[in-house]
Amino acid sequence: MKKQKITIALSGNPNSGKTTAFNALTGARQHIANYPGVTVEKKYGRLVHKGYDIDVVDLPGTYSLTAYSLEELVARDFLVNERPDVVVDIVDASNLDRNLYLALLFKEMGVPLVIALNMVDVAQIRGIEVDVDVLSTLLDVPVVPTVARANKGLDEVLDRAIEVALSERKWKPVIISYGADIDESLEKIEDVIKKRNGYDTKYPPRWLGLKCLEGDTQILDIMQADPDMSSEITEICSKTNKHIMRTLEEETEGIIADHRYGYIAGITKKAVKRKIQSRLNLSDRIDKILTNRMMGPLIMMVILYVIYEFTFTVSEDPVNRLEEVFALLKGSVSSFIPEGYLKSLIVSGVIDGVGSVLGFVPLIMFMFFSIAIMEDSGYMARVAYMLDRVLRWFGLHGNSVMALIISGGISGGCAVPGVMATRTLRDPKERIATLLVVPFMNCGAKLPIFAVLIAAFFTGNKARMMFIFTLLSWAFALFAAKMIRSTLLRGPKTPFVMELPPYRLPTLKGLLIHTWERTWQYVKKAGTIILGLSIILWAMMTFPRLPEQEIRSFDAERGRVRASFLAIPEVKSLIRDEKTLQALDTLLHEYQETVRRDGVHKDEGDDHPLKPVVRSILSLKENKKVGDKEGIEQRVALSYLILEKEMNAINGREQEAQLKATIAGRVGQKLEPLTRRIGFDYRTNIALVGGFAAKEVIVSTLGTAYSLGESAPEKSGFLSERLKKDPGWNPLTAFTLIIFIMLYVPCFVTLISIGRESSWGWAGFSMIFNLFSAYLVSLVVYQVGLSLGLGI
Amino acid sequence: MKKIIKMREMVDNQAGTIRRVSASGEMGRRIREMGLVANADIQIQGRAPLKDPVAIKLKDYVLTLRNNEADHILVEVDLPE
Repeated sequence: MKKQKITIALSGNPNSGKTTAFNALTGARQHIANYPGVTVEKKYGRLVHKGYDIDVVDLPGTYSLTAYSLEELVARDFLVNERPDVVVDIVDASNLDRNLYLALLFKEMGVPLVIALNMVDVAQIRGIEVDVDVLSTLLDVPVVPTVARANKGLDEVLDRAIEVALSERKWKPVIISYGADIDESLEKIEDVIKKRNGYDTKYPPRWLGLKCLEGDTQILDIMQADPDMSSEITEICSKTNKHIMRTLEEETEGIIADHRYGYIAGITKKAVKRKIQSRLNLSDRIDKILTNRMMGPLIMMVILYVIYEFTFTVSEDPVNRLEEVFALLKGSVSSFIPEGYLKSLIVSGVIDGVGSVLGFVPLIMFMFFSIAIMEDSGYMARVAYMLDRVLRWFGLHGNSVMALIISGGISGGCAVPGVMATRTLRDPKERIATLLVVPFMNCGAKLPIFAVLIAAFFTGNKARMMFIFTLLSWAFALFAAKMIRSTLLRGPKTPFVMELPPYRLPTLKGLLIHTWERTWQYVKKAGTIILGLSIILWAMMTFPRLPEQEIRSFDAERGRVRASFLAIPEVKSLIRDEKTLQALDTLLHEYQETVRRDGVHKDEGDDHPLKPVVRSILSLKENKKVGDKEGIEQRVALSYLILEKEMNAINGREQEAQLKATIAGRVGQKLEPLTRRIGFDYRTNIALVGGFAAKEVIVSTLGTAYSLGESAPEKSGFLSERLKKDPGWNPLTAFTLIIFIMLYVPCFVTLISIGRESSWGWAGFSMIFNLFSAYLVSLVVYQVGLSLGLGI
Repeated sequence: MKKIIKMREMVDNQAGTIRRVSASGEMGRRIREMGLVANADIQIQGRAPLKDPVAIKLKDYVLTLRNNEADHILVEVDLPE
């Protein structure tokens, strides 16, 4: 019977076009998970080819298969334990020697292999001609030329892969000679292993021998299961190592690598013809400019600035539109649901909370799109290269720059994918240090509150202030990294041997997939965690209610004010009693609603006796004069406005009392003694507590806390205006608050990501460390500012 | 005349052949698996703005490594007249 289901493991060097091939093969039918127990991403997809159901597993892109990097170990374990039917190795034809190193390692393991000789078009342009048949014969592996980005040759790869999968059942390791000394000890180790009946048949014996000689920690651990065998092998290994060291003055590992490259050189000599002797190709010439010692950094600045401008200009319109959509949704939901807790929950809790997160999706999407261009074109590697020396001063790695930029290093990003991006760092200490400082960057969620505060207190130099805050966040992040790396995470720097991949024109498909993956991580949090937290926050800001007694005393106060209004003789002549006054309130409200909605109010000619008063009130509100004569209507209208003001004041006091009575209000007040030293009152504290859940919530919470007693809080720019007028606020408070928000606790989702990527201990540390840093820095800023007389 | 020097001492655009990689452990493995092994021909492509890391061309690809790593790679170069 024919086997209908086939598993293909896709492997290859980074930058060999493996991801492009995977995308071309599986299209949108991709799934992402983690390999069990580790944070290495496992991508897989399914496709049907010639009646066969094919599972494609995208192994991590690696140069080698050693035990010292997590990705390589994961790839190796997958091959050994899952036994895919066939491995398709994507090999960059324009860079054959280094790419065949991995292919050779597969051959040595003996896995059924098909080589996709990718990017043959690029190789051709560079004058590199690969003889596919010769290569295939010498390696004893089917070789298929492909151009993955143009979807060329991939069908044939699948054909060959199916053939291999159907024919080969056993792994057939190839034998490479490593010189007399090593070969001899390899044979000895093989004998030792084969003599044992119980040895793990998952691994080919000679391969185990090689790993032992290379000092592979994982394999040595596995061997420990049989202590006798293990000690016998260890002895052979150490003897060989000593001998090699004495005679060749090299480590065995080095000799093995040299031989592998020698073996490959022998193959490529026969299979590869160079028409043009390697000279500067286009990519090198671009590098002469883009990584030039003088111009490189300048160009980098310009590129980052252009990305910043592009993201914010292009996303402005969609962000506004999305806001309108949410406002519309809010409006229509409000009219459907009757007044009460349910309405409050849905409108202020769910729609505001989730809306504030989703509203920024366009901005984040365009930022990720720009970052994807930098990555896919190969420029990101150059940024890492140029900045490595700087980042190393602070105990980070050139590659840390990517995580920092994704998290908002250019302004606007998200720390969640930023935390994920630290996976490219190999050294755990550098990785954790990067993880911990990534939340200091100005992610997209912090921008709205920054915008409000800048608009209120730093008018005129908006862009400059934003730029200053971006620089400050970098300064804090780097300084914090330095501190962490010279105390808690002291340790040596890891090697920086890194490839500068040739510049490539990114494919739209690749860019879109990259953008989508990261944006989705951001969107996902709106649907799940933010939704839950919004509801909790809403409850915290709503309950418990004021005691009945207090509500009644506010009602009584309102009654008194209204009664004294009605007692004015002129008023009395027009508005007889409380009932007429309520009718006036309603009429005025309706009037204003229609004006707001349609721009103008069409007088339908119904002659309500109160209409002249309403018109007078509206005219007065707009500061318009109605004729020269001060009629009775106008005087009544004037009194009405005074009444309205008094009513608003009472309502405001009631809402303030209500807010203070709630859980959030109490927490905010409890914190006041601490936060007063950095200039924050209880309302700011409430917003900051809300920011624990997600930084987006700060604006809406602050808006709610400051909208108390106002008649039209929905108007945009309202919060800025309100803060500007508030005596408790000044530029120094605003500046301190921005710094505090920049630094204080990462949002909930980021904390979870940090926990998953490192440990819960580090997530806890991150929370405390950031909160402490934020408070300390804010304290210094605020107190120094005060003593300089800035806080006025 | 030929001379063996450390890779760190090489100047921009200078070419040479690797004779020995003396690094061991993780650094050695990383250097070797990227193709920096004895007999490989290399050329210095350039240096980062702060003169470190160094970019080198090897066959058809460009690698970057830090100066303290380049210290472990001995390269045979033509001695300038």
